[in-house]
Amino acid sequence: MDRQILLKNISVPGISSFGPYKSSGGYDSVIKALKEMTPEEIISEIKKSGIRGRGGAGFPMGLKWSFIDKKSTSPKYLVCNADESEPGTFKDRYLMEHLPHLLLEGMIIASYALGAETSYIYVRGEYKYIIGILNRAITEAYSNGFLGKNILGTNYSLDIHVHPGAGAYICGEETALLESLEGKRGNPRIKPPFPALKGLYGSPTVVNNVETLACVGPIIIMGGEAYSTIGLGRSSGTKLISACGNINRPGVYEIELGLSVEDFIYSEKYCGGISNNKKLKAVIPGGSSVPVLPSDLILKTADGKPRLITYESLAEGGFETGTMLGSGGFIVYDEDACMVRNTWNLTRFYHHESCGQCSPCREGTGWMERVLHRIETGEGRWHDLDLLVSIASKIEGNTICPLGDAAAWPVASAIRHFRKEFEFHIANPEIVKDKNHGAIEKYINVRSAV
Amino acid sequence: MSGFKVNHKQYEKEDRKVEFSSGTIQKVRQIISRYPEGRSASALIPVLHIAQEELGGYLSVDVMDYVAGLLGLLPVEVYEVATFYSQFYLEKTGTYVIEVCRTGPCSICGGEKISEFIGEKLNIAVGETTEDGLFTLKEVECLGACGYAPVMQINTEFYECLTTETAGGIIDMLRKKGEKKEGSRWTDKFF
Ligand SMILES: Cc1cc2nc3c(=O)[nH]c(=O)nc-3n(C[C@H](O)[C@H](O)[C@H](O)COP(=O)(O)O)c2cc1C
Ligand code: SF4
Ligand code: FES
Repeated sequence: MDRQILLKNISVPGISSFGPYKSSGGYDSVIKALKEMTPEEIISEIKKSGIRGRGGAGFPMGLKWSFIDKKSTSPKYLVCNADESEPGTFKDRYLMEHLPHLLLEGMIIASYALGAETSYIYVRGEYKYIIGILNRAITEAYSNGFLGKNILGTNYSLDIHVHPGAGAYICGEETALLESLEGKRGNPRIKPPFPALKGLYGSPTVVNNVETLACVGPIIIMGGEAYSTIGLGRSSGTKLISACGNINRPGVYEIELGLSVEDFIYSEKYCGGISNNKKLKAVIPGGSSVPVLPSDLILKTADGKPRLITYESLAEGGFETGTMLGSGGFIVYDEDACMVRNTWNLTRFYHHESCGQCSPCREGTGWMERVLHRIETGEGRWHDLDLLVSIASKIEGNTICPLGDAAAWPVASAIRHFRKEFEFHIANPEIVKDKNHGAIEKYINVRSAV
Repeated sequence: MSGFKVNHKQYEKEDRKVEFSSGTIQKVRQIISRYPEGRSASALIPVLHIAQEELGGYLSVDVMDYVAGLLGLLPVEVYEVATFYSQFYLEKTGTYVIEVCRTGPCSICGGEKISEFIGEKLNIAVGETTEDGLFTLKEVECLGACGYAPVMQINTEFYECLTTETAGGIIDMLRKKGEKKEGSRWTDKFF
């Protein structure tokens, strides 16, 4: 379970520069793909690998590529989604900082397979130094003949440009990203049409996450079949998990899909257990948009099987008792964390980041934020919990993009699993007013209802 | 550009010259060339970053109008974008814009204390600028560095795993540096 594919050369000195990267076998996959393979063969290898998108939605990459309208006479585009703004997620930054050429390698092969001659990397505006790192790597790739006209003497030419965002979580949603890249506000588009048909500038476009694209080179070298045997079942390959919160060893870890959540949290190789010898209270395993689970349900499924880090196992139990792998932003809460305060905090995030196009999202996130804030500060009313559940259910499924759902789920799941804690806040305004923001276990001995 | 002109009631034309240097104009042309023919609007966000850095640290109406003219856009198309993205400042800011992350993972690791501490140290509330014009304090959403919480960004730099001691030290260091910003502009260095 400790297979390293993406990070295997991370400790080679100077690996972020072309020279050391190339001499550790870098760009071999580009040579193989461009000289020995047709675009169709590449897409077929990617399909065989079974790899699913690492940006959050988990859509199979090969399938997405095959939707591109090859017959269309307009130019095709590949766009790399490096907006990484999902709270808890910081793996793409790590990849781009240390292995910018691994991303370029994947992008060159993907662009060739899709017939794209111009590709963009959309980087969130806060990652300014990453923009510098990427631009340096791109310059190196040009001067070594891996970008530009007639790459490696073939008749394939490609330009890659870095495009900065300017602070907007919603621009991680692929159609908002395309709007932003066209120089507009990041308002998501109504789908269909999907980007594969009408994407950037109305042309066929594929949007893939940084980590997803970084997997392309290794897949081409080892072959799709071999890649599909790594991991577990339909969750093939490895995944970068960015771990944060109340743990001893926060950071970015590459795990083989199928590792148990318990090992991940407690093993010295990964999170190293909960900090300050505290007890585990809850985990949001896939970035702030996926449901939060209390400690017993994150370690074991409702029917007692160990919970594994795979798309399937984390989702087992549906929204009642399960969650999602999402982007792999693994947020750990210890026994002192206040779920009310945390839910309010995340709802404020979604309210702040709503693009404002759909009323259920624009207004609903604001209502939820205000209601949660009054519960947290000792002004809560007994009907507030039903009110929150009702607002969440009215946002869900009624918006243009999934940000609305992403805002509704954490609220619904926090109330589902930690109802007693919300009730405690409403019943004890004096205690919560004096800035307790703390766990009810401190005051009375109740376990949260599961 | 069409003859359409927006009337900015509450704004007076600034008396400073709002114009890029010829070197920057060169840079803008190069950025436009990254996008297909007729798609120079795509250059808007990068050019606004440059404008904010070169023309006074924030996007005044005159600056936005200038960028509109440069890219062949309507002024309102530029205002729409400038008001949407949180990194574009519409009001004067300090030399150092301190942006403390306030989102979940940072918050449970002590982020709120950091922003409170800095506010007290500088004697300003979140959103305000110190009288000497050196510091602006902001709270922002997740900076994508949650494993190194609590985190703040000051201009281009990330400061991670903060304590009140280290945060205080950073502020003192920047105060000593004063107006002199180190090195060239980030848009020169990185774009
Ligand atoms: C609100 C919202 C924010 C998103 N943010 C990101 C992001 O920061 N990075 C990312 O790769 N995908 C993000 N996504 C998912 C993208 O829409 C898209 O599914 C993804 O980039 C596809 O790449 P993949 O198939 O390689 O995962 C977001 C989706 C939504 C709805
Ligand atoms: S759901 Fe929210 S973020 Fe998405 S399009 Fe609607 S208003 Fe915008
Ligand atoms: S929550 Fe602060 S950097 Fe992500």
